[in-house]
Amino acid sequence: MLELIFFSLLNGIVTGLLLFMLASGLTLIFSMMGVLNFAHASFYMLGAYFAYTISIYLGFWVGLIVAPILVGLMGAVVERYGLRYVHRWGHVAELIFTFGLAFLIEEVVQFIWGKDTKAYHEPEILQFPLFTFFGQNFPAYKAFMLLISIGIFIMLLLILTRSRVGLIIQAAIHKPNMTAMLGHNVPLVFMGVFGVGCALAGLAGVIAGPALGTFPGMAFVLGSIVFVIVVVGGLGSLTGAFVASLLIGLLQTFAIALDYSVNDLLQIFNISFDADSAFRDLWTLSLPQIAPILPYLLLILILIFRPTGLFGNRET
Amino acid sequence: MKLRSTILISAAVAALTAFTAQAADTIKIAFIDPLSGPFAATGTSGYKQAQFAADMLINKKGGVIDGQMFEIVGFDNKISPKESLVQLKRAIGEGIHYIMQGNSSGVANALTDAVKKHNDRNPEDLVLFMNYSAVDPALTNEKCNFWHFRFDANANIKMNALTDVIAADDSIKKVYIIGQDYSFGKAVAAGAVKYLGEKRPDIEIVGNELHPIGKVKDFTPYATKIRASEADAIITGNWGADMVGLAKAIGDAGIDAPVYTYYAANDGITKTIGASGKDKIRLVHEGRVNPPPTDEYKAYHLAFKEKYPEADISQFRIANALVMLANAMNETKSTDPAKVAMALEGMEYTTIQGDKVVMRAEDHQLMQPISISVHTDENIVLDSDNSGYGLVTEKTISAADADIPPSGCNMERPAS
Repeated sequence: MLELIFFSLLNGIVTGLLLFMLASGLTLIFSMMGVLNFAHASFYMLGAYFAYTISIYLGFWVGLIVAPILVGLMGAVVERYGLRYVHRWGHVAELIFTFGLAFLIEEVVQFIWGKDTKAYHEPEILQFPLFTFFGQNFPAYKAFMLLISIGIFIMLLLILTRSRVGLIIQAAIHKPNMTAMLGHNVPLVFMGVFGVGCALAGLAGVIAGPALGTFPGMAFVLGSIVFVIVVVGGLGSLTGAFVASLLIGLLQTFAIALDYSVNDLLQIFNISFDADSAFRDLWTLSLPQIAPILPYLLLILILIFRPTGLFGNRET
Repeated sequence: MKLRSTILISAAVAALTAFTAQAADTIKIAFIDPLSGPFAATGTSGYKQAQFAADMLINKKGGVIDGQMFEIVGFDNKISPKESLVQLKRAIGEGIHYIMQGNSSGVANALTDAVKKHNDRNPEDLVLFMNYSAVDPALTNEKCNFWHFRFDANANIKMNALTDVIAADDSIKKVYIIGQDYSFGKAVAAGAVKYLGEKRPDIEIVGNELHPIGKVKDFTPYATKIRASEADAIITGNWGADMVGLAKAIGDAGIDAPVYTYYAANDGITKTIGASGKDKIRLVHEGRVNPPPTDEYKAYHLAFKEKYPEADISQFRIANALVMLANAMNETKSTDPAKVAMALEGMEYTTIQGDKVVMRAEDHQLMQPISISVHTDENIVLDSDNSGYGLVTEKTISAADADIPPSGCNMERPAS
């Protein structure tokens, strides 16, 4: 049992921090431009595919640096020539634009790289178990993912709270018009934030590709969960996104690991039920079976009881 | 004047020979499977294998009867049962009497019903259905019909073979079953519980888990759970990205137990699993690859690789189906589906891999040896996905199907 808890804790943190890399970009973009970027997870997928292709020729480490930059540049171009153009017709048009973009990217990826899973592997020097606990290995690559994600979090936090650029970004999030009046180039800030957000998603893709598989469905698998994190954490709050990511990561891992059902809960209170009752399917539902819907349940609860999210202070 | 008449005559001769070649020399076989969409990789790979088998094993050897050639015509069903029926109508409209299909038992169920209905209504224009891959046991049991022939072993037969191997291994005391949450995943789990219970009641099922299909991004939590359960063996019916993810997570967690699978090879899967599944992943399947069972098969496989370097012979049964069809035509000297079907019933055939197979007459299920192979990079002569990794056969079970008699098959044969 101790083994299960220990590894679930580790896995939950790794998953959570990976989700944070996606959510941090999304939450900044959302709070600043008011646009839910449906294509955010598609940039994550692009990162993985770019890095895969680069790794074939130049190795993993070049891909780790170059792929996120490429994705970031693409993101900046999309903002400059796509979103900014569509913006004149309002937020709904922007929303639909990113929605369409997500489909477009998925189709293009299938067109170029095909539909099968790509053999994108960890670099050789990270292919060893870091430690073995109760006979179970913890791969060194997972630790590497952990380090990268924590590094990104600290860097983002420092930039946003300690640097001049961060000051302008924070100002542009809350009072964009006022910031523009003070002589700052707000559209440029928007483009930069969008680009960096996409680059972060790309970086997440680069390091997640070898661990979680590089296939055309990878954006879809992660896409919706990132929105949950942004809403639960609170719009525009980096700390919120961090806490919510860890929360969701741990929630998902532990829900799969712990085999409890409603029946077990009832038995604690000494309540038993008739095996033939009409609700027997409900009573025998186990935690792993409902694990996929738990994050969405949390989303609904948050929207009902705390619409601003855990750390948010705006309602839109 | 002389020149002109020569040209005229030669043109007439050319036209005539072209016409006869068209009319008498080809037997068209409709290959109805997904040739576009998410499952296109599997469908097109099968299509290539069918074309290659027809060319190499039938046409290059002089065709059937008196030199008629096989022609495989592709029809894209987008893996939808509805679309398959449209394509079946199209094929029948083009005068095709033989159809092949394999991907998805849902499609096979729809096709077998439609073929039966068509043949009942049009006894002068019959259609014969060769199922090369759909493994739902019902197709040869409750839903069996005279015009359907299955060349793959059904899910129960494969599970019977697989549990034979597990039962024979005394070191296995705990088994973990994990699968995708839909009809096939559930059928695999139910079969495993049933046969293990009969053969080795002492084996404890330490986990019987279904996960959402195609939605799990990280299988590590499942691997952790499998490790904590101290299972000695794992059984899964997973395919596609779910199979790759599970195999990788099990490899990364350092779980040292055999993983028995149905579909963990070829079409990019072997390459992606690579070293993480070495000597762990096992596959239950028909046909053998390594060591090549016969020189004839090895030559056939290498010729295929030469023509399609990116593809693999992942479904050897396609070749068996086509050659058995050709043999039935040669035997009856006829291309009439009714006569051919009669000849196929009970037909014995030795495959180019040297296996003796029999088409069981009662339910049209091909009886064939089932192999358990391991994923490795040692002793590989013919690899998969050009990765250096491939399947080495560990055990072959010759009569796994004999234990599974047809049940509930009441076949109506045409009166003749």
